[in-house]
Amino acid sequence: MANISVTATLPLGARRAGDSLWQEAWRRFRRHRLAMLGACVLLFMVVAVLSGPLAYRVPIDEIDFRAKLETPSWAHPLGTDDLGQDLLARMLYGGRISLAVGVAAMLIAIVIGTAIGAISGHLGGPMDHALMRITDLFLSLPQLPLLLLIIYLFRDVLKDVFGPEIGVFVLIVAVIGGLRWMPVARLVRAQFLSLREKEFVEAARSLGAPTMRQIVRHILPNTFGPVIVAGTIDVAAAIIAESSLSFLGLGFPPDIPTWGRILFDAKDNLDFAPHWALFPGAAIFLTVLSINYIGDGLRDALDPRKVLGQS
Amino acid sequence: MDEREIRDLVDDVEAGRLTRRAFTQMMVALGLTAPMAAQMLAGAGVARAQTKPTFNPTKRGGGGQLRVLWWQSPTLLNPHFATGTKDQDGSRVFYEPLAAFDPDGNVVPVLAERVPSGENGDLAKDGTSVVWRLKKGVQWHDGKPFTADDVVFNWEYSADPATATVTIGSYKELQRVEKVDSHTVKVVFKKPNPFWYDAFCGNRGQLIPKHLFEAYKGGKSREAPNNVKPVGTGPYRFVDFKPGDIVRAEINPSYHVPNRPFFDQFEMKGGGDAVSAARAVLQTGEYDYAWNIQVEDEILKRLEQSGRGRVEIWPSGNPEHVQCNQTDPWKEVDGERSSVKVPHPILTEAAVRKALNVLVDRAAVQEQIYGRQGQTSANFLNAPPRYQSKNTTWEFNIDKANQILDQAGWKRGPDGIRAKDGKKLKFVFQTSINAPRQKTQAIVKQACAKAGIDLELKSVVASVFFSSDPANPDTYRHFYTDLQMYTTTMGAPDPQLFMEQFTSWRIASKENKWSGNNVTRFRNEEYDTLWRGAENEVDAAKRAAMFIRMNDIVIQNVVVIPVLWRNGVGAAAKALRGMDLSGWDSTLWHLAYWYKA
Repeated sequence: MANISVTATLPLGARRAGDSLWQEAWRRFRRHRLAMLGACVLLFMVVAVLSGPLAYRVPIDEIDFRAKLETPSWAHPLGTDDLGQDLLARMLYGGRISLAVGVAAMLIAIVIGTAIGAISGHLGGPMDHALMRITDLFLSLPQLPLLLLIIYLFRDVLKDVFGPEIGVFVLIVAVIGGLRWMPVARLVRAQFLSLREKEFVEAARSLGAPTMRQIVRHILPNTFGPVIVAGTIDVAAAIIAESSLSFLGLGFPPDIPTWGRILFDAKDNLDFAPHWALFPGAAIFLTVLSINYIGDGLRDALDPRKVLGQS
Repeated sequence: MDEREIRDLVDDVEAGRLTRRAFTQMMVALGLTAPMAAQMLAGAGVARAQTKPTFNPTKRGGGGQLRVLWWQSPTLLNPHFATGTKDQDGSRVFYEPLAAFDPDGNVVPVLAERVPSGENGDLAKDGTSVVWRLKKGVQWHDGKPFTADDVVFNWEYSADPATATVTIGSYKELQRVEKVDSHTVKVVFKKPNPFWYDAFCGNRGQLIPKHLFEAYKGGKSREAPNNVKPVGTGPYRFVDFKPGDIVRAEINPSYHVPNRPFFDQFEMKGGGDAVSAARAVLQTGEYDYAWNIQVEDEILKRLEQSGRGRVEIWPSGNPEHVQCNQTDPWKEVDGERSSVKVPHPILTEAAVRKALNVLVDRAAVQEQIYGRQGQTSANFLNAPPRYQSKNTTWEFNIDKANQILDQAGWKRGPDGIRAKDGKKLKFVFQTSINAPRQKTQAIVKQACAKAGIDLELKSVVASVFFSSDPANPDTYRHFYTDLQMYTTTMGAPDPQLFMEQFTSWRIASKENKWSGNNVTRFRNEEYDTLWRGAENEVDAAKRAAMFIRMNDIVIQNVVVIPVLWRNGVGAAAKALRGMDLSGWDSTLWHLAYWYKA
């Protein structure tokens, strides 16, 4: 089937001889305009939070009551909060944490979810049963009490090992990631159940491909679509979960301005200092939206059954 | 000003040479509370000013519904088990004490016929006994009469350790409570007691009916069905109660004050947070009154502009303060941290505490965050601004802090943080989650950073921080950090119980399941002696001087750093009147007189 489509699209100049599959995917991804836009926005954000604090050297915690709740100006490009602290500096600093938490938690969720879903879907039988019941168990766990428990048990230990900021980061990423893999596992398992009966997998099996190769080379790439979409949703959820943890006093120390924390601080002032909430809100919104579009583009680009030119 | 001078002033008031108000102002300037001044005059037999209602309705009821919002809501409705203001307030809708405390700290009769005093002979001259004459014709909500037996029963009930009440402190020191006749009781103290208006007065004095609770005295106390179905003497009687959510009540048609109360139904709704509570009264007008709105003043002012309500502010004795842990919170000994066996390695050094004391920018906190809701203060015991106080002052001075630390040998490291003998000047500073408090934390942290002290901020959700759970290490009484900040409530217009929190026998520890209220773990022999002396000192002027000294000991040793002397703050609908809010008693102490204009 892939051959047919390639032949059919050859006149469009899509795939030239010698191009690898990845080059092919990149070519397809580039055609997805929104995905490219999303990638640019995300890249801009990443570059900004990584190099921004080096170029924009205003301290994040300089309190100046004469400049409190100022709207954007040259001195404070994104305005100030009610302690007169510069919002741009805080957003650049907090963005590192928010983005890192989001991406790291998403990776954990996807790795665990895919592994469990793949084993469960491919092996079937008692193993499938056991793993799916574990998944159900995790789904039925009340998340907030569990979070409280884990944080009370391990916070101090991790703080001693890694220091207050990194320790909390590790903990939050593990907790958020560890509690969000279940939907991914279910998606992957469902894909495996249908894919392992497909002709190309049977063909591989009859050619004597070992189980591992069947899973990794033949089935897994075909499950990427839904997994990537689920992953992009997880990034957004992790950023938001981090802010609600900060809200409960269990996240980062209150003076570390993650985007969620800035938003939380700003909410009571929304009616008269909207800029304070708008910028971090827009940052979270843009990040989540661009990651979603990138996911969309990736799914199209990586889908082996996708017919080019119809995207 | 010494004892003799204070005594002369009291004589001046008595003789009419000095007005009550002028006297009170002078006492406040000395670092005393207004209520204490009132008590000093009362002790000398000078007549008190009574608050008179200005609204005199000719019939009971007809006011419709009164809807109030308590963003922390009651979990049970028995005043003897009330943990925290929320339960005390919930109970106060139904139950009443013999006497309450008005905004000036005067003792005002409720279920008593009159307030005992030396003049009417009810208060023994030597301070060892007091006679209460009960109001006649008062009925419980179920129609049974209220008599001296009920008063005696409340003492027996609360003083019994098996009942495990939270009010036991007010009752266990009474020698006995005797019934003289059906409407007279005599309270006899073990020793002369200047604070005779503790038992049966204010929040801890709310009376429950003998005929319903008699069977549940002692170990079965928590099983009483009426713990959640109150039958009291108050202006409203019970309809419905969902713990943590809502309290509903209706007018008591046989209330003992004629033509009161004004409203036909009463509803107390719980949940949410301080800002949304303020919004519901000031902006949307859904509720008539919101309790304890600790919100930045700037936000309150903007909400008030909607014109639906107003912010009510009244004086109280509550200090927002930073506490310095005297013990080491990072070393575990016998299953507890912050144990008195291990002194704090750094905070026990006077120079460090002195430096911290000048690093709290009280003016910025007051001006920028709390505004009308408080005054800067140098004292723990309800003090005035520094220019009015004689013995204590405060300042904000980063240079001075640097100087103190330099002299004490704390040298700046390459990271800007000071160190000495391998110990770094780093502290963990915790408080409850509440926007004004997080901002105060940020202000203190920044000043400390400039003086080479590194603060790690921690914030704990209020329901955990203020809980009495012995298993939770994050409560304020465990105090497992170096510094912490909160407000201590002064529950009665007398500093005796309030100042007990620095006595050595009240230290919170594993042994007493952290129920002790000496949270800083401060120990000082002079303080202990003064406190014990004040307990039985009947001479009001002498006693006042003792409390001033106690305050000075705490402040000069920088056991605590007062940040703000807070006022009571509530939000009321525009038409709501007659609350007469008092900083010495429950918000609802005057509920029978609330009305809408």
